[in-house]
Amino acid sequence: MESMGSLRITPSSLSVKDLPWQVHWDQDKCTLCGRCTSVCPVRAIELGVFRKRIVQVDVNDRSAASNVYKVFYGVKQQTDPAHACIGCAMCDLVCPNRAIRPMRADDADKLRFHINQGGEPRKRGGRRNVAGTLLDHIKFTRISMLTDPALDAGRHEFELRTLLGRVLSPESMMAHLDEEGYALPVREIYPLIIGSMSFGALSPTMWEGLQMGIAYLNEELGMPVRMVSGEGGVPRRFLKSRFLKYMILQIASGYFGWDEILHAIPHMKEDPCAIEIKYGQGAKPGDGGLLMWYKVNKLISAIRGVPMAISLPSPPTHQTKYSIEEAVAKMIQSMYMTWGFRVPVYPKISATKTSLAVLNNLARNSFAGGLAIDGEDGGTGAAYDVSLNAMGYPIASNIRDAYLNLVAIGKQNELPLFAAGGVGKSGNLAANAAALIMLGASGVQIGKYVMQAAAGCLGAESDRCNICNIGLCPKGITSQDARIYRRLDPEQVAERLVDMFESFDTELRKIVAPLGRSTSLPIGMSDALGIGDAHAAERLKISYVC
Amino acid sequence: MCRLFAFTSYEPLSPMRAIDALNVMKEGHDGSGVGLYMADLGGEFEGYKGLPILSGIVTLEGLGKLDQYMFEKGFMPMHQLSFEPGRTPPPLTPKRYTYLVRVYDIPREWKSLSEQERSDRLLQTRLHLRKMGLEDDSIIVYSFWPDSIMIKEIGDPVEVARYLGLDREGLTARTVMAQGRQNTNYDITLYACHPFFLQGYATMTNGENTAFVPIREYLTSRGFPGYVGYSSDSEVFCHILHYVHKRLGMSLEAYKHTITPLKDETLRRHPDGDTLRMMKHTLRPLIIDGPNMVIGCLPDHTMFMVQDSKKLRPGVCGGRPGLFAFSSEMCGLEYMIPNRDRERDVQPMGADMVVVDRARKEMRIWSQWDRYALRRAA
Repeated sequence: MESMGSLRITPSSLSVKDLPWQVHWDQDKCTLCGRCTSVCPVRAIELGVFRKRIVQVDVNDRSAASNVYKVFYGVKQQTDPAHACIGCAMCDLVCPNRAIRPMRADDADKLRFHINQGGEPRKRGGRRNVAGTLLDHIKFTRISMLTDPALDAGRHEFELRTLLGRVLSPESMMAHLDEEGYALPVREIYPLIIGSMSFGALSPTMWEGLQMGIAYLNEELGMPVRMVSGEGGVPRRFLKSRFLKYMILQIASGYFGWDEILHAIPHMKEDPCAIEIKYGQGAKPGDGGLLMWYKVNKLISAIRGVPMAISLPSPPTHQTKYSIEEAVAKMIQSMYMTWGFRVPVYPKISATKTSLAVLNNLARNSFAGGLAIDGEDGGTGAAYDVSLNAMGYPIASNIRDAYLNLVAIGKQNELPLFAAGGVGKSGNLAANAAALIMLGASGVQIGKYVMQAAAGCLGAESDRCNICNIGLCPKGITSQDARIYRRLDPEQVAERLVDMFESFDTELRKIVAPLGRSTSLPIGMSDALGIGDAHAAERLKISYVC
Repeated sequence: MCRLFAFTSYEPLSPMRAIDALNVMKEGHDGSGVGLYMADLGGEFEGYKGLPILSGIVTLEGLGKLDQYMFEKGFMPMHQLSFEPGRTPPPLTPKRYTYLVRVYDIPREWKSLSEQERSDRLLQTRLHLRKMGLEDDSIIVYSFWPDSIMIKEIGDPVEVARYLGLDREGLTARTVMAQGRQNTNYDITLYACHPFFLQGYATMTNGENTAFVPIREYLTSRGFPGYVGYSSDSEVFCHILHYVHKRLGMSLEAYKHTITPLKDETLRRHPDGDTLRMMKHTLRPLIIDGPNMVIGCLPDHTMFMVQDSKKLRPGVCGGRPGLFAFSSEMCGLEYMIPNRDRERDVQPMGADMVVVDRARKEMRIWSQWDRYALRRAA
């Protein structure tokens, strides 16, 4: 064997074969226009100058040179971990001749062993890299037939709204009506809520598009769609606008953005829809929010009240609270007081074995306006890869346990539950949402699906793209760089958001109408559900069907 | 689809009138069972107005257990309907040891109790007997309440009624509700037969209750011992009525607003919109989604008919002062009260409720768009 001593090989030297994504480039089709190399967010490909030897033997003239060396130009894939292809396929998208595309490796990649260069574990955005969800396997089996004819999804009137806020018990309501006293605020909202994606995690164009879409859904289509701000506040101009009523403001352990919010209160024309207190996130339970330095530009730093270009990791817990009783009681109380008890306040936690302990504390607190539970399949803008992949609890059984716990104490209507985490992960948004509602959720929150449907997010659980954290989102959804986010037209995001909600609404009706339901959201209608997995059926207390 | 027929009459009438009306509507039921509720009794029960009547079916062993239990508790039998069924039951009808319709005097120590306390103890007694009976299928008890008789049996309504001798003189009532059953299960459970009864409240229903499971979960989590059973999805209609009217002290109109609340948009234009919105929020798990027609009766013998908000089942009410009938089919009403002003017949729609109070002078049609009183009259 010939010595290869002249080549420098390190432990982290990788071949293209060792990478998870391999760029296939077709020299015959390539026009060398350079679009692919300029669009690639991670510079995985660059201009390649190749030297090629051609053996040309002149059979008539043996003395003539037989080797011809030629130089040609093309695309070369980088192999160092920092520039490994992420599979986003933007090269394919911009190529005029379809000459280039990334292909998934046919073998387990070796990059995963070297992505911790400098001792820094991998951080990324997206979801845990496991395709599908149990929710996809839940079927709706109680179809009305001759005994109670199915309804017509297209012609019957449907009222599929839900409540957010602490609902009085019937006995308290009677007392309240006698006294004409004060009752906590309750919002009538659409059961599909856009979950917390912060201004900062999202690009300004994405955020603006969502706001326009939400305003249209509310004001033109009469669909009371709400969005959670995520941690990081909102622009001051928005706080003073009438659109604030469609927003659920989130407060989390970093309190980012709340200085601006508190200062804007005297100038607010409308109350926000609600306040969500974030205690946890399904994608990275037990870990705080994270906005990496790449994305902390002038605007973001101004809204959040921090210096520019520093990473913003929120603590895993609210540092001023030492116990759940205190966190739940004091924070809920003080947030209610901030808006004169006109705005519902509820916590959001990540799904965990301890969810029921939180729930029971909330049930005893007469102000808690609900509980949002985020399961392991939830997405994130930035998290440690290990948190995404290994930490968490599936939403289906967690929301079911929570609902049945409320049934046991008779408070299933008083404390609405909201489920999140992988809803629509495989594209089955309406079916997943309806399944969670019938397991006991009053509504569902979605984030990743909105980015995919309304803005064309490329991320996938095959570990495709997932670079939301570094501000280089190829579609401009999670970038704070104007050169990138101007790719995204807010008007088109708004249009797609409206498309998404309208089609969801039709599909939801297509599910509930055959079940004979139209006048109220079928919360806890577990007799409608079946699953072809006996253990899951037993765990969820639904029918096993085969 | 089951057939339902009820009448409310100033003069006590034989329950056979309702059974015959069911027979007129026979096309719509398969004769797989009959349920009969009689209240505001006349005839031989007229003299026992305040005393509870136990209605049920017992085996020989069951009768022994029941007698012993009632004796130990201090109940004294005062009167009983003596059933003398024919030798051969009609097809489908099982041979029973005996049917029980028996008036008891209450234990002496109960006499000083409040009415509320007494009614709760009557319920506890019935639930205990029910539990005893379920252990070995020896006792079925439908009701234990003053001035109320409940009879349920498998078989064709007319044949069962004749077999049991319900056409006898002396068995009359001013309020009668009857159901001819169209069975949807292979095995017929008597506890699943309409009408359903709880502390003076009775309902019977047409159709299926698609929101059954969440409603059942809500009722059973109210902490009230009477909310048990649910062999039929229709039993919840009776318990919702009991919960709203008796436990919460709401009016009958509020019951209608509870099970079929007006839409959010329309509530904005309703004069009582704020209260109704709060009710809709608070009682959300009790919203029914149809398709159902419900005929019900309150402890004061007020009778009513309501529909689900989509009005997916038939139902007609009509009559004349002194006698009104509520029927799932027009032909039943036509049979019972041919000499009435037909133009005043009412088929209540999604937001309507037809009510006849115990004076039986008129039929009141109330719409959810009208004003209403939240609380029931004391």
